[in-house]
Amino acid sequence: MTFFRTLLAAAALVAGSAASASSETALQLTIKDHRFEPASINARAGEPIAITVKNLDATPEEFESKALKVEKVVAGNGEITVRLRPLKPGRYAFAGEYHEDTAKGELIVE
Amino acid sequence: MLGALIIVFREVIEAGLVIGIVLAVTRGAQGARPFIFGGVAAGALGAGVVAAFADALSQAVAGRGQELFNAGVLAVAVAMLAWHNIWMARHGRELASELAAVGRAAAAGEKSFLALAVVVALAVLREGSEVALFLYGILASGESGSALLLGGLGGLALGAAVSALTYFGLVTIPARHLFAVTTVMITLLAAGLAAQCAGFLQQAWIVTALSESLWDTSAVLPDSSILGRVLHTLIGYTDQPTGLQVIVYLATLAGIAIATRLASPPPRAPKTAQAPAE
Repeated sequence: MTFFRTLLAAAALVAGSAASASSETALQLTIKDHRFEPASINARAGEPIAITVKNLDATPEEFESKALKVEKVVAGNGEITVRLRPLKPGRYAFAGEYHEDTAKGELIVE
Repeated sequence: MLGALIIVFREVIEAGLVIGIVLAVTRGAQGARPFIFGGVAAGALGAGVVAAFADALSQAVAGRGQELFNAGVLAVAVAMLAWHNIWMARHGRELASELAAVGRAAAAGEKSFLALAVVVALAVLREGSEVALFLYGILASGESGSALLLGGLGGLALGAAVSALTYFGLVTIPARHLFAVTTVMITLLAAGLAAQCAGFLQQAWIVTALSESLWDTSAVLPDSSILGRVLHTLIGYTDQPTGLQVIVYLATLAGIAIATRLASPPPRAPKTAQAPAE
């Protein structure tokens, strides 16, 4: 437990400095009825991106994107921030792993 | 129902393989089983706790809590696996020899069992929390819950089958070679986990260097497929690894291999007790 706390403290320092140094493009996503809204989001190439994913459903979801290398749980009525490295132009698909049939979306980078 | 089964199965494959390998590693070692199954139980309990606090965890450390938690868990698992291999290189021969099987070695082996129990617990903890969340989601939604739940439980059962298959597959290897085989497997497993750990640090933007994909084989063998998932655990296969992940993977392989070699006693060490009249 001490190890974990030390790790968190160290990480907080790093995280703090990283956050203040970068100018992130902030994007918003919501999950409702196991669907992303909006299902398509846009960002500029070559800039770091931070996507806030807000889950309005009572059930948890896992935000997953192979293309973006992200795998992150969003609790029911919870919220997460997904940080992305600067991307090349292209279309990057993402999905909610727990409801893959409906929870689909893409990030278009231009 | 099938969807739920596949989702849960995909999540538990890794833990299933790890449990199978660890059971094979400790085969015949006295007193190892309670440690291993204790590890599974502790991991499952921890998974429930992590799932219950999932939201708090993701809010922690400026939204990086989940990644740091995963990275931390993986780092500890890698350390435990490395330590186990080094320990076995030093003491494995005594353990294997019948002389030592009389209990002295079992007592000495407890430390090593504990390391493996931690590895098992962490594997169950990490994957299990996602399964717990998924199953909780099914229960909470109430819509056609029972069929989905059945699928989920089926996925868990399949995961247990993977453990059994891995174990029984490995123990068909003659005992003399089993040690060599599991040493290699544990080294590869550790390297794969270390690469995953690096991936989480990159996902959290804590490490930003070398974050481009080195290659993309997702069209041939995607991570999300069952085979991809199995290889992901066994040899650390990833369809789009970053440069850093590949470097960390190779460094871990080399590090454990070198440390194990240094730790093993010189070959043909004089053994007074074992020199019968010639």
